[in-house]
Parts: sequence; C-alpha cells; structure tokens
Amino acid sequence: MILEDPPAQSGERPALTRTGRWVRGAAGLAILAAASEILGRAGIVDRDYLPPASAVLARSAGLLGDAEFLSGVWSTVRAWAIGLAIAVGGGVTLGLVLGSVPVLNTAVRAIVEFLRPIPSVALIPLVSLILGTGLRTEATLIVYAATWPVLFNTIYGLQDVDPVAKDTLRAFGFSRLSVTWLVSLPSAAPFIATGIRLAAAIALILAVGTEILSGFGQGLGVFIAQAQQTIDGTTDVLAGTVWAGVLGLVINAALVLGERRLFHWHVSQTSDRS
Amino acid sequence: MSAGTGGRTVVRLGAGVLHRWLALAVVVAAWEVGTRAAHSPFFPAPSRITSRMYHLWFSGPATRLFLTADATSNVVPSLLRMATGLAVSLVAGVGLGLVLGRSERVFAYVDPAFQFARVIPPPTLVPVFIVVFKLGTQMQIAAIIFSAIWPILLNTTDGARSVDRLQMETARVYKLSAADRVLKIIFPATLPKIFAGLRLSLSLSLILMVFSELLPGTANGIGFELTDAQSRSDLPTVWAAIVLLGILGYVLNAILLAVERRVLAWHRGSRGTDA
Repeated sequence: MILEDPPAQSGERPALTRTGRWVRGAAGLAILAAASEILGRAGIVDRDYLPPASAVLARSAGLLGDAEFLSGVWSTVRAWAIGLAIAVGGGVTLGLVLGSVPVLNTAVRAIVEFLRPIPSVALIPLVSLILGTGLRTEATLIVYAATWPVLFNTIYGLQDVDPVAKDTLRAFGFSRLSVTWLVSLPSAAPFIATGIRLAAAIALILAVGTEILSGFGQGLGVFIAQAQQTIDGTTDVLAGTVWAGVLGLVINAALVLGERRLFHWHVSQTSDRS
Repeated sequence: MSAGTGGRTVVRLGAGVLHRWLALAVVVAAWEVGTRAAHSPFFPAPSRITSRMYHLWFSGPATRLFLTADATSNVVPSLLRMATGLAVSLVAGVGLGLVLGRSERVFAYVDPAFQFARVIPPPTLVPVFIVVFKLGTQMQIAAIIFSAIWPILLNTTDGARSVDRLQMETARVYKLSAADRVLKIIFPATLPKIFAGLRLSLSLSLILMVFSELLPGTANGIGFELTDAQSRSDLPTVWAAIVLLGILGYVLNAILLAVERRVLAWHRGSRGTDA
C-alpha cells in the first residue's frame, strides 16, 4: 500500500535566500493588487464598494498633502503617546511593587483578575459619558487598556531574576531599593520591553477605536468614521485604513528594533514571535 | 476554629482564601460606601449594578435557565457571533498555519501581506466591513474573524515550522503518508502554540464583538444595550453591561484554560509555554 514518496517531497529543498524571500513577498503583494484591480475594472465587484488597489494607494499618497488629515493623524499619535507613557510608567512601578511584596501581590491579584477580562472597548461609552469626547477620554482608555501587559510582564520578569545575584548584593549591604534598581529592573527589562510592545499595539486599537465611535473631533479614526458616512467615501475609508496599518507597522518595527538593539544578549530574542 | 491538627489546616486554608478575597471584599465595600456617600450619577453603587443585572438578564423563569427575554435577545446573539467568528478563525488559522509553517515558499509569498494586515488596528476595519457587508451579523462576524485569526495563524505557522527534525525524519523512515504526518506529528507538536494563540484570539474576539455592536445601526447585542443605555444616560445599565462583559471574559478564559490543560496533559512537564 505504501508507495515511495514522490521525489519532490522526499528530498529537502534548499532554504530560500534573502532575495528569494523578497521577490516572493513582492510577487504576493503584486498578485493581490492585480486581483483587486481586475475585480474592480471587470465590474465583478462594485467599485463603490471595493475600489481597486491603485485608487486606494493613490488616495493614500494624496492624503500626505492634506494638512487637515495630517493634523488628525498627529492628534491620534499624541493621544497614543501620552496614554502609553502613563501606562508604562504606572505599569512598571506597580509591577515592581507587586513583584517585590508578595503579600500585596496575592491581595491585589483577586482585584486584578476581575478587572483584566473586561474588554477595554466596553469602557468607551462609560468614559465618554463621564469625560466627554477628546484627548482626555482617549488617553484614559488607553492607559486602562495598555497598563495590563506592562504590569503582567514586569511581574513575570521579576520572577525570572537570578536569586543569587540579589542575595549577593544584599550580603554586601545594598538596600532593597538599590538591589531592585541594580539587579531586578535590568534583568526584567527584556520582559518589560515585550510588554510595552504589546501595550503599544493595544493603545493604537483604543486610540483609533475611540475616535471611530465618537465620530467627531480630530483624529485618524474620526477621518475614517466620517468618510464612511459620505456617499463615495469608501476610497477614503480604505486610504485611512492603509495609514492606520502603516502606523501600526512603524510602531511595531521601531519597538522590535529597539528590543533587538538593547537586549540582543537575552534568550527571549532568539525565539520570539507573537 | 476548632482545636487539633485538622482544624489548623482548615484555619490555614481559610486564611489563604481570606487573604485572597479579603482585598477584593474590602474594595467592593469601599466602593459601595464611597458611591453612596458621593451620590454621583456617574458612579452607581455596586449593589445597584448587581440588582440591575439581575432584573435585566437573570430574573427569567426557571424553565429558561432564569434568563430573561432581554438576555436571549441580546446576550445570546452576541455570544453566538463571537463563537462563530472564533470557530472560523480557529479552523482557517490552523489549516492555513500548518501549510505556511511547512512550506517556506508559500509562506514567503504571503508574509508581507499578512504582516501588514495584522498590524492594522482591528477597529479600523469595522467601517471597511460596514461598507462591504452593510450593517448586521455578517459584518460583525467578519470583523471578529479578521482580528482573531492572526494570533492563531501566526502561532500555528511558527509551531509547525519548528517541529522536531528528528521526528520528521523518523516519519520519513517509517514512510508515513502526508496525511499521517500532519495528523500524528505536526498537528500535535503545534498544539501548545495553537492554544497560546487561541488565548489572545479569545480576548480579541470579545473586544471586536463589543466594538462591532457599539456602532450606530446595530439591532441587538450586549454592545447595543451598552450604547443604547449610553444614549439614554442610563448609567446603572452601562455599568451592568460592563460587569457582565467582564464576567463573560473571565468565564470564557477559564473554560479555555481548562480545555487547554486537558488537551495538553501529555505535554505537561516537558515545558511551559507562554504567549
């Protein structure tokens, strides 16, 4: 019953070269763009519903010259940065406190376990009722959602600290605080960095999401929400989405690069992808 | 509080539970006292929130599991949409992920497109789906799938790529068929990674379930109740919906962890995996 494997499967094919990967990736994107072009031009898909890639990309490029759009993107980025900065500061501090005081940790755990599963977008209506719409609402929601990954990764990283290093410094008479500063924090730093990367993505979700729901004011999400309500706005919706993706890509790439630079000595860098 | 060794362990166990839940109880009590003293319309007391939850959703007849008509017409459709979206993401993500993980060439073709698609903040896509599918269940499920599929897909790809070489070579020596290789070696070896992805996907699908229902024009769902209450400035209901979503998130995550523990029992001890 069992036949020989066909030769193409039995032998290991040589791994792709860097150029091979690039060429194939570009080809994949080109096929996708061509498919959308054919569907649109042949009238298989209504162009009002799904404009071809060329129209969307042209509009995306055109938006770069649109001062109002750019100031909208800027206000999204500003809310994102403010919220993320507060979340990182708060999350790391809280994580250090909880990670080094076990009694407090068990006590607060129960509270945290009840708060964390609340999907953060569910808070948008509540916070908008209390704070109105605008930067404060956006930043508040971002802080809430982005603190969790930073907090949990800080605590997780502190569990990974070499106890010998800590005990050694303690034996030499260093205070608890300076042991935290000199040993625990640096050794937990790669984990915290991963937490910040997750938090950055979540912060962007909340920033754009809040703007889409509020529908007026300034921001990338507001641009998309308003475009959706105009009659021929689909190209604008998709062009805005392209920029949201670019924003996500740039943020993620910058943080991954930063992690590689800073923590190339750490094991987490050898197998990390999620 | 009886004397003797048995009593002591009970006391110690009790102290552990007390220590664990005391802080939560204190916080809830302080919340109750604080909100009653403040009389702020924005912050109803927790007792009012729970009684609103009971009246809205859980005061139905025993024959319908105590669910009210409101619960079956809003909470159930929400959960069904989420389950459908997550199920499709799981099947498609694992299927596609296994292919991509085992074929470096296919992976190279789609990698840039996928990398871009997954960094788009999912709420941005909801307006796109509204245009394509119009408002309604189709749009909502599409939004859930498009955000929940990435963690499963990328983790499965990653897991399938790093299957032990020795195992694959052994399979070749024993001349296992391609289907057998996938079912008996690659898929089981990828399971821990799939679950790690599924945990992320679960919380993403809950987020998108709510978000897709928050937009004007939705007909039902927990998110619909939430915006509806917001437009009427009915804060106890807003809070009740948030608490309900928190409980759902907690329970769904607990179920997933229990399933994971069962399915991965054979894997335990070899190595803990984390998302």
